[in-house]
Amino acid sequence: MKRAVKNIYMGLLLVFLYAPILVMIVLSFNSGKSRGNITGFSFRWYIELFQNEQILQALYNTIVIAVLAALLATAIGTLASVGIYALKRKPQALVLNITYLPIVNPEIVTGISLMILYLFMQLELGFFTMLLSHIAFNIPYVIFSVLPRLRQMDSNLYEAALDLGASPLYALRKVILPEIMPGVVTGALMAFTMSIDDFIISYFTSSGVQNLSIYVYSSAKRGIEPTVYALSTLMFVTVLTLLLILNRRSARERSAAKV
Amino acid sequence: MVEDFRLIELKDITKVFTDADAEKVALDHLNLYIRKREFVTLLGPSGCGKTTMLRLIAGFDTPTSGEILINGKDVSAIPPYQRQVNTVFQRYALFPHLNVADNIAFGLNIKKMDRAVIEKKVAAMLELVGLSGYQKRKVTSLSGGEQQRIAIARALVNEPEVLLLDEPLGALDLKKRKEMQIELKNMQQQLGITFIYVTHDQEEALTMSDTVVVMSGGRIQQIGKPQDVYNEPKNHFVADFIGESNIFPGVMIKDELVRLGNLEMDCVDKGFAPNEPIEIVIRPEDIYMVNPEHAQITGIVESVVFKGVHYEMMIRDTQDHLWMVQDTTFREAGASVGLIIRPEDIHIMKLMEA
Amino acid sequence: MKFKTRFFAYPYLIWMVIFTLAPIALIVYYAFTDKSGAFTLANLTSALDPAYMGVLWRSVGLAFLCTVICLVLAYPAAYILSRRKNGGVLSVLFMLPMWMNFLLRTYSWMTLLENTGLINTLLQAMGLSTVTFLYNANAVLLGMVYNYLPFMILPILTALQKIDHSYIEAAQDLGASPARVFLKVILPMSVPGIISGVTMVFMPAVTTFVISRLLGGSHFMLFGDLIEQQFLTSGNWNLGSMMSLFMMAIMLVSMAIMNRFGGDTEGRGLI
Repeated sequence: MKRAVKNIYMGLLLVFLYAPILVMIVLSFNSGKSRGNITGFSFRWYIELFQNEQILQALYNTIVIAVLAALLATAIGTLASVGIYALKRKPQALVLNITYLPIVNPEIVTGISLMILYLFMQLELGFFTMLLSHIAFNIPYVIFSVLPRLRQMDSNLYEAALDLGASPLYALRKVILPEIMPGVVTGALMAFTMSIDDFIISYFTSSGVQNLSIYVYSSAKRGIEPTVYALSTLMFVTVLTLLLILNRRSARERSAAKV
Repeated sequence: MVEDFRLIELKDITKVFTDADAEKVALDHLNLYIRKREFVTLLGPSGCGKTTMLRLIAGFDTPTSGEILINGKDVSAIPPYQRQVNTVFQRYALFPHLNVADNIAFGLNIKKMDRAVIEKKVAAMLELVGLSGYQKRKVTSLSGGEQQRIAIARALVNEPEVLLLDEPLGALDLKKRKEMQIELKNMQQQLGITFIYVTHDQEEALTMSDTVVVMSGGRIQQIGKPQDVYNEPKNHFVADFIGESNIFPGVMIKDELVRLGNLEMDCVDKGFAPNEPIEIVIRPEDIYMVNPEHAQITGIVESVVFKGVHYEMMIRDTQDHLWMVQDTTFREAGASVGLIIRPEDIHIMKLMEA
Repeated sequence: MKFKTRFFAYPYLIWMVIFTLAPIALIVYYAFTDKSGAFTLANLTSALDPAYMGVLWRSVGLAFLCTVICLVLAYPAAYILSRRKNGGVLSVLFMLPMWMNFLLRTYSWMTLLENTGLINTLLQAMGLSTVTFLYNANAVLLGMVYNYLPFMILPILTALQKIDHSYIEAAQDLGASPARVFLKVILPMSVPGIISGVTMVFMPAVTTFVISRLLGGSHFMLFGDLIEQQFLTSGNWNLGSMMSLFMMAIMLVSMAIMNRFGGDTEGRGLI
């Protein structure tokens, strides 16, 4: 009896969590436009999706920005982590606290404050400013995934490399980087995922240029379009795949750490 | 053998670390020179500044003031990767992502040496440290002793003028440590390289070194050959830190005569002011136990500990001094004994300034 | 010294000053100046206008309600998950929706709730009259709970899983009934997870503007919508900046409360 109650409770919660998603996925294969009736199976909305210039442009923006932002944020963030790690205690705490700000600040405030910054700097809002913003909110995630790796590393390794004649850049490339690589890759994947998923900050820092989230928002304000169901289904599957990869990695790292 | 040429000179070196609000003086106006082919040991308790000194010579830190000369040239502005000095780290610091051969070849690869030459040098080094055929092994799969040897090979392959060793044997067990001490000493003599060796183990320092530098509180307490440092400690700290000692305050009556309480003893030291207060050092193995009636000093045995080769006895004399005596004959606690000390075994030290 | 690695941080430090500190400084600047750039407290007075404060209280109230509902729903779920042997797979199922784009999650509820949506179609099919679900406070609340529920489950689950089972056995051994074990051992030890769950739900809920816009319609305003409006519609940056400062203040107060109660930061993933 008690067990049944528990199962029913968990079942109901799962229905609550998944019903909307499942409905969307089902409707994305519905041949008609109606949300009430299932009129038959078709790829109609997927075909329309890939014929919709606006969506394709948004998809292009999303991917290009996510790739560039992840790469640049990873480069800056990794270099920064190595530097931050070498700072003395107090300046290090200060820098980390400031780095933490974009993570805890309400996204709407981050978005708006960046928008003000760009207009103040007389940058025209668009693709470039959106890219800058994505790099900005990605860097903290990279830093917080690389820094623990550095802390685990034997601090003499860098000195040993210098001692053997390596210049600082050579030592960074040949000794430090291989040591912290797992953290760097996790950071990059995380940055990519965050970037693909972002709406609020993109919304405020790009005028006219759309990524997929902005497209979904503006079409939702106009009313519901079944192409968005198709888009949602694809995005859901993509994020799911990324997550699986990320999870695999962290599970592997955990078991590697145990050895 | 050791040449007279001063390979390294530290001139009036001070190093102050500032962390947050606290300032810590690690080295305090320190002067030292190290000759070519010399095996120098920096000996002292942890926090005495010995590792800091090594890091200054390697170039990982820069002195707050003073100069470091290598081959007569000031190296203050020269970063570690341009110094002809290599280091063996305490925890080895082998690169975990590289195999044994790549670890040893690290420095040679930077110099862009020919592949074939590198391979030959690596093989020769592995032979020197007794690990031939280890090229492809993962460094993480090696035992502590093997890692230690690879770390030494990695440093020596660069043919440095000076090898710095930071407590390299600290992580090994006693037996391995003794073996490595002998091997290191042999390598040093064979290759003719200057070794600067940091340790807190006085026995290690006395066994291996040409010169021992005893340090405490960021200052050099004594520089000398192992025998001199042991037999003629300059001050209380050195006498206490190296070996076991009986140290008592006394007064130098005149040359070659010292007074301990109301007992006057002949000694061989001179050059003190009349009636200068001094400290008397007598090693426990230099005290002879005799029948009380023939003795300089008489006392009662308070405790006895068996130490393997000898017994170690604590004896309280009639003036209430507590003596440590090492002797192969056993006297039980409570027994009344006499002690004799030869004049040449008495060592007089000036009082340490406050 | 040329070889010190801390120099590698310098590009980022410059970046940090421009992209983290300068934007916040600009917000503060705009919040305390008027259109001509002169210092003023007028924005503060305007922001304290009862109409705006009403929206702020509505946002806080709705976020609070959402947090309570999430807590009530999440705690039993997390508890059941923590006692299950196959809890791993099941908890992944509960976490998954968290990673779906929240716009899409919200969009999916529009599909279900709209007047010609699935639920109303079903109601009609059963011969009942249709109900207007969308564009009111309840729809927004539903959207919030749906979006943020996993953020409550995860930290509580983490806290519960960390409880050493020997504490529970010790309590049972000392004669505590199951109810007492729960009240005296499990619940107190999971408080850090509750606190961080509360912050993780409350903070985004109080600042949202998307959920309210899509499910509440253009007339149902939350404080986030108000800020968005100042910047994108009314063009009153000064007032908008002051409101943003209010929001940051709420964030800081929540963080302080969480720290005070020893929130479990591990449950927050990266942070």
